[in-house]
Amino acid sequence: MKSGSVFCEVEECSGLAENVFSIWLKADREILAAAQPGRFLHILCPEGSLLRRPISICQTQGDMLRLVFEVKGEGTRWLSRRRRGDSLDILGPLGSGFDLSGGPLLLAGGGIGAAPLLFCAQMKRCDAVLGFASGQKAVLLSEFASACDGAEFSSDDGSLGRRAYVTELLEERLRSGGYKGVLACGPEPMLRIAAGLCRDYSVPLQVSLEQRMGCGVGACLVCSCRIVKDNREGYARVCRDGPVFRASEVVWDD
Amino acid sequence: MIDLSVNFAGVRFKNFVTVASGTFGFGREYSEYFDLSRLGGICVKGLTVQPRDGNPPVRIAETPGGILNSVGLQNPGVDAFIKTELPFLRGYDTRIIANISGNTPAEYALMAKKLSDAGIDIIEVNVSCPNVKAGGIAFGTDPCLAAEVTRAVKTVSEVPVMIKLSPNVTDIVSIARACEDAGADALSLINTLLGMRIDPRTGRPVLKNITGGLSGPAIFPIALRMVWQVCSAVSVPVMGMGGVSDTEGALEMLWAGASLVSAGTALFKDPLAAVSIVEGAETFFRENNMKGPCDIRGKLKLYD
Repeated sequence: MKSGSVFCEVEECSGLAENVFSIWLKADREILAAAQPGRFLHILCPEGSLLRRPISICQTQGDMLRLVFEVKGEGTRWLSRRRRGDSLDILGPLGSGFDLSGGPLLLAGGGIGAAPLLFCAQMKRCDAVLGFASGQKAVLLSEFASACDGAEFSSDDGSLGRRAYVTELLEERLRSGGYKGVLACGPEPMLRIAAGLCRDYSVPLQVSLEQRMGCGVGACLVCSCRIVKDNREGYARVCRDGPVFRASEVVWDD
Repeated sequence: MIDLSVNFAGVRFKNFVTVASGTFGFGREYSEYFDLSRLGGICVKGLTVQPRDGNPPVRIAETPGGILNSVGLQNPGVDAFIKTELPFLRGYDTRIIANISGNTPAEYALMAKKLSDAGIDIIEVNVSCPNVKAGGIAFGTDPCLAAEVTRAVKTVSEVPVMIKLSPNVTDIVSIARACEDAGADALSLINTLLGMRIDPRTGRPVLKNITGGLSGPAIFPIALRMVWQVCSAVSVPVMGMGGVSDTEGALEMLWAGASLVSAGTALFKDPLAAVSIVEGAETFFRENNMKGPCDIRGKLKLYD
């Protein structure tokens, strides 16, 4: 039997970039054992919000677990104002994680999508390409630089690394060859382009999808995404069947 | 000795707490969090004759104290439910209530017959879906249509029939009476209230379906009022729901006259919400030297 929601104490909450925050939580053994790259915690953000907020796990260290998230509304704003010693009401870890088997693997992250990919890099030596809107909005650069063999950064405005979209970096890496898989997280347009590229270069791609979520455990069917499986197209649940999916199964919106 | 059990339309429930249709799937997911046998009953995800994909996302929007959903009856169809989901649910000592939605009275009857034959405990008839024949009017918004569906299901069902009433009407009591007169064994209310949200920056509706059903604590006072009005007007038992999120809300529903109480959206915040209500009610009755729900059900103390 899984335990219901539990309280975790905040060890540290700090701002990393414009609207991006990092929280280190003290986690019990059960949560740490279930933490995997791609899985998320469903966090109660009481002020003004009824629903929990799904936040991907960014990394673990000892008995601590890190979340890196962007403030998008009232719930995440409340979360960003936690302080050391506060507790968070947490359900999870929930959802499916990235499959890290095989290699070499390439991580491709866009913006805050970098967060769950760092956990991948922590579990397995990978290469990484990360794109941000600007240098001001970039996060986790030093973490990736030390966790990955070849981490490359870009920004839309050229204020960090090369002026390029991360999908351009991805295509260069795919062209040079050698990767047995790509793991991606970021805005949907980026994932859609990444899916096309990886299909063209015949490299399996896993994507972490985002959708407005309800229960988080797979019962309420609100966080749907379109999937083709066994030649049948239908809705899958992002919270339970995902958030990580094989890109070849995802039906992308036009 | 506290006794939370209820005789509801001839069916014995071990306690008065159930979970509402559409918030609990077919029980598999929440069975990982608690023993489903601790519930009085489970109203399963709404079923249709054929499998349904449901609406395209976005399907949920948060509102102050509530949520809007537009899942659109995504379900595997009544046959797949009977074959693959019902045997799983039968592994638990709890009542199983099948929720059905049809486009015509004949579709409702077809599903009711199959479910009755499959040995479901109660059939819950969702009359909030549009009647294709009558030009898209929801069966539940017209007393005559609601009565027609009730009769169609009653004719074929060997198990009690409960009609789930829509709150999106001017006078819910007239619909309730029409269903009772047509032979309904019980009523459940309320279904969600129709609502919408718009992204103020883009001018786009948040829900792809534009409108959705509002649930959660925000609708509780409306649900309670309607349960009280209906219970005051009919003699069949009522399952009260709509924003019930804690023991206090469940007790209010009992005072208003409900025999069973359903929790739904509350589970999204706390998977154990329904179980907590069972435990909280036990404590309440013990501390107040009462036997159980029978001591307060419908015993609202009106002012002189």
